[in-house]
Amino acid sequence: MADQNESIPAQEAAAAQDPAAQKNAQLLSLLHGLFGEDTFTDVEEPYGLLTATTTRERIHDIIAGLQQDQQLQLNFLTTMCGMHFPEREGQELGMVYHLHSLTQNIRLRLKIFFPIADPVVPTLTDLYATANWMEREAFDFYGIIFTGHPNLIRILNVEDMDYHPMRREYALEDGTREDKTDLFFGR
Amino acid sequence: MAVNDTLEGTHKIIESAKEQEPRINPLVPSVNDFNQELTTLNLGPTHPATHGIFQNILQMDGERIISGVPTIGYIHRAFEKIAERRPFYQITPLTDRMNYCSSPINNMGWHMTVEKLLGVQVPKRAQYIRVILMELARITDHLICNGILGVDTGAFTGFLYLMDEREKVYEIYEEVSGARLTTNMGRVGGMERDFSDVAIAKLRAWLKTFPAVMAEFEKMFNRNRIFMDRVVDVGGISAERALNYGFTGPNLRAAGVDYDVRVMNPYSSYEDFEFEIPVGTKGDTYDRFMVRNEEIWQSLRIITQALENLPEGPYHADAPHYYLPPKQAVYKNMEALIYHFKIVMGEIEAPVGEVYHSVEGGNGELGFYLVSDGGRTPYRLHFRRPCFIYYQAYTEMVVGQTLSDAIVTLSSMNVIAGELDA
Repeated sequence: MADQNESIPAQEAAAAQDPAAQKNAQLLSLLHGLFGEDTFTDVEEPYGLLTATTTRERIHDIIAGLQQDQQLQLNFLTTMCGMHFPEREGQELGMVYHLHSLTQNIRLRLKIFFPIADPVVPTLTDLYATANWMEREAFDFYGIIFTGHPNLIRILNVEDMDYHPMRREYALEDGTREDKTDLFFGR
Repeated sequence: MAVNDTLEGTHKIIESAKEQEPRINPLVPSVNDFNQELTTLNLGPTHPATHGIFQNILQMDGERIISGVPTIGYIHRAFEKIAERRPFYQITPLTDRMNYCSSPINNMGWHMTVEKLLGVQVPKRAQYIRVILMELARITDHLICNGILGVDTGAFTGFLYLMDEREKVYEIYEEVSGARLTTNMGRVGGMERDFSDVAIAKLRAWLKTFPAVMAEFEKMFNRNRIFMDRVVDVGGISAERALNYGFTGPNLRAAGVDYDVRVMNPYSSYEDFEFEIPVGTKGDTYDRFMVRNEEIWQSLRIITQALENLPEGPYHADAPHYYLPPKQAVYKNMEALIYHFKIVMGEIEAPVGEVYHSVEGGNGELGFYLVSDGGRTPYRLHFRRPCFIYYQAYTEMVVGQTLSDAIVTLSSMNVIAGELDA
């Protein structure tokens, strides 16, 4: 727990000395300059990795812009994956993108959230060849539909599966069993 | 009457056969057919040359590959789903089964991810022990890949030499963790036990004998005319395409990009060691082979440095909330019993947050994206598996090449089915 008595300027001074925090502050100001201040919400730095949430309308432009930007050179898509938060009304499904600049060693995490009733997201396959299978995986696991994807079919599960197994309503254990309750052994 | 009918029938068949074009063997297509038809070839799912279960449906024009459709998922075990129901320490065995040629790297990568989330500082000795084990794992991983590449080009001898050495490394694993292939090695907070004298002795003995074997292997292959004819300019990829495809590890370095997680984002005290990152120029099969060979030498350098400078001290963090107490203490000591119970039942307190940690696996950047909601299990765990990401480039790399080239390309990319499908 952080010291509650510590004043806010002191915290800011401590943050200013931390090179990772400095780097993130610079990156954030560059991002704001490129795409506008209101593009990003929920800006955080969990464990030193700058994380920002944006909208599915903007995500393609942002990642394309970062790929082209000569100063940042955030042109390596490390990974992307789907997420599911059933309790968030209208924002149930999400995609998380990890970008990396191999020349400057900057990492950036971008997130988008959208309703489960309308799980449609623009594809990144026109920017990154590697997005192809990652998007197929997200479709397979969460049923996220990527518009413009050349071959959006299941990748790891069988073709005739009629549900998306990583969604949280599908419990891992057999739901009909009564001898194994979740009271003591996990969610 | 019946006899007459049969004879008449036979007669008719012979007459109709005479009307057709004479053919030597109806099963073999005529010369004209070859010019017009493409052949569909099923490479896999269980083909001995693919060293794992994956299917490629190839369109062949004679011996040349026109296009290919890869199918994966034959050993998909839903690790990401299973991990959502398991406490942190029970996820380690899942990571074993991803890249099973270098399980210790997966184990350590996972422990470090959890330690980052929990904020546990691992003592220097444990970090050095981890480095030694991870580099041993990298060596065994590359030994398999390069040995198998030799087998696929028709040279079995090198493979047998290297298997013998891998066996000795597995004996060291056995001494450290009790297991050989799926090691489940280490714990959150450090190692489960210190290096024993036997382990150190075995490691020192191996460090003496292995370089000669490796040198002999290189002598057999590196400038071998037959081998070079099979692998030079085969299955190449440019640095630009490799980056666009998300290549990491030896396959990316073979294309000429010097990205190595150990150097760019050092973990587990990698910054203490001096080593070089070998890079290739063309990204072809020969470059991948040579980069892996050189990485074995660099790993040996790291192991030697770590062993010489192995610090004294504890081999695990003083973090009783997260590190399982010794079994003897559990029977005699109240606090140890409580902590043991809490950890085994998954009652440890994890902070809410999300963490991405990556290590340099045998095949590239092995990343763990862990989202914790404070519960006993991860809310979401995503594995960045290097094989899964770079195997999509396979079709592009083999189109226009022959079938035998496709086999050596697949072999030199070191696609491990367990990591591919997770």
